[in-house]
Amino acid sequence: MLNFEYTSEQKEIKELSLKFARNEMHPKAQEYDDNKKFPGDVLAKAWELGLMNTSIPTEYGGSGFTASDSVLITECLAYGCMGMTTSMMANDLALLPIIIGGSDEQKKRWLTPFTNEFKFASFCLTEPGNGSDAAGLKTTIKDNGDHYVVTGNKMWITNAGHADLFVVYGTIDPALKHKGISCIVIDASSEGIEIGKAEDKMGHRCSDTRSLNFNGVKVPKENMLGAPGEGWMIAMKTLDHSRPLVASCALGGAVRALECASQYAKERVQFGVPIAKHQAIQTIIADMGIKVEASRLLVSKAAWLLDQGLPNTKVASMAKAFAADSCMQITTDAVQVYGGYGYSKEYPVEKLMRDAKLIQIYEGTSQIQRLVISREIFKEY
Amino acid sequence: MNIFVCVKQVPDTETKVTPNSDGSFINLDSIKWIMNPYDEFAVEQALQIKAAQSESTVTVVRVGSVRDTEALRTAMAMGADESILVEAEDNLDSYCIAKAIKGGIEKSGKTPDLILCGKQAIDDDCLQVPQLLSQMMELPSVSMVVGFEQTGEDLKLRREIEGGSIEVYSLKTPAVVACNKGLNTPRYASLPGIMKAKRKPLAQHSLADVGVTDGDRRVKYSSFNLPPEKPPGKKFEAMDEDAVAGVVSEVVGLLRNEAKVI
Repeated sequence: MLNFEYTSEQKEIKELSLKFARNEMHPKAQEYDDNKKFPGDVLAKAWELGLMNTSIPTEYGGSGFTASDSVLITECLAYGCMGMTTSMMANDLALLPIIIGGSDEQKKRWLTPFTNEFKFASFCLTEPGNGSDAAGLKTTIKDNGDHYVVTGNKMWITNAGHADLFVVYGTIDPALKHKGISCIVIDASSEGIEIGKAEDKMGHRCSDTRSLNFNGVKVPKENMLGAPGEGWMIAMKTLDHSRPLVASCALGGAVRALECASQYAKERVQFGVPIAKHQAIQTIIADMGIKVEASRLLVSKAAWLLDQGLPNTKVASMAKAFAADSCMQITTDAVQVYGGYGYSKEYPVEKLMRDAKLIQIYEGTSQIQRLVISREIFKEY
Repeated sequence: MNIFVCVKQVPDTETKVTPNSDGSFINLDSIKWIMNPYDEFAVEQALQIKAAQSESTVTVVRVGSVRDTEALRTAMAMGADESILVEAEDNLDSYCIAKAIKGGIEKSGKTPDLILCGKQAIDDDCLQVPQLLSQMMELPSVSMVVGFEQTGEDLKLRREIEGGSIEVYSLKTPAVVACNKGLNTPRYASLPGIMKAKRKPLAQHSLADVGVTDGDRRVKYSSFNLPPEKPPGKKFEAMDEDAVAGVVSEVVGLLRNEAKVI
């Protein structure tokens, strides 16, 4: 019943994605990180090759990738650069609510342009005062007869400075808690949107992260995804899809750290032999390898469940928590294997360690994942 | 225009090639196959012509085993329209390969206007197939091509020769052109291209189908061995001024009597 072999197409997809990571991303990753430079040129090439927006279904111009294909692509791209991959994933994260909750007309209106043109969208859930407690968000969506009025502040919004669309969560009535949460698509050119300055971050420095203020923005009624109050359900389903992707991003970064550490260990000579001959280093490398392999199994299962149409909330959260925590450990250990050189920006591993940290935080912290996982386990047993 | 591109599948450049246990050929088990890098220039050239002349079709031809059809799939994912595989063992000689390609092209029913090849395959480095093929098909051929211009039936080809000089050839299609590095920058196969490639036609023939028999073999490999291992280099210490003269005469002596190079 089990089959771990990639299909012939997946092998080619992997081949292309890795080639892209090595030729287009590796040479630029450090420089773009140093200068907080948005990787628009790299992403435009990625878009040309179909490496972006992989979640869009074929009916709307997408390439028809399964979730298993998408996690494979994301792993390879993150092996190239986790920061650049965050920028690409943010598009999928923003488009997924439309794919999940949008009508046919809405999908045609918003998804198809992303297959014809290189552009960005932002997913806007988190607020200055509400991160893990997403249901407590304060942004309001007020029914004003023939349109809605959106008012509130959003925080840590990826691609905000480049996006054409904002997919915004707000509440029609805070007293309704999560039953009041609704999801609405806002054109970035609408009046009353204030885009904050780019955040100066520890890692993923090339990705564009900003705050956003919606100051009484008028939004047409036909921009609501699903019915008012269905936003929470759309958000939760979005996370079922996006968490395997984020987990695969952690996995890709971990693979890069393992590759760097292993190669360096074979080159670096101490006490007359390459340090790879020392047991102390061997156990570190072995533990890195175990975590990479286990992360990949969880990521693959989370994606496979999605492709089968089966519930994946628990496994997606397990994949996200395990892959992110493993990536943090693996990249930290990679710096350790490099010793002093690892701490220098001359070598690639310090960036990996900084990039890894964010994956334990965004898209549900590792602690929130465990909350989700335990809740699912208590339902089971 | 009917454009044919000959591609070969070769071991990835990072593969460590070893002879198989009986030395009859190389060990094929752990090889990762890729399209011969020089053939990528040929595929790219064909696709650029197709982009400029919309009625053109690009057909890729390969002679080799069916075990892995990487090269053909890559070419179709890059944008080639269809492909032809002549199934054969991997150790055919250049003459048989050229004859099989000719047969494969004839089987397609299309008259070639242009046949593009890589200048050589990076595995056996024979550099013979384009020339043999042009002879068999009675077409003109130019090898080592780094510049390609076409006006109607007229081709103007720039060919690199020893010392970095360039020869310029004028000829008419149909012709066989062997492409070199520098001609163009091969594109990536796009993901939608990869997904579409699986629906593109792949015709398959046996060697017998295309008229190649055992009697066509000009070369038979007798055995495969690794080159003898190089003895480790010698290091001479001459940090001390006074020792230099002694070391130099020792090195000269070794070069003359042991290495026999002076």
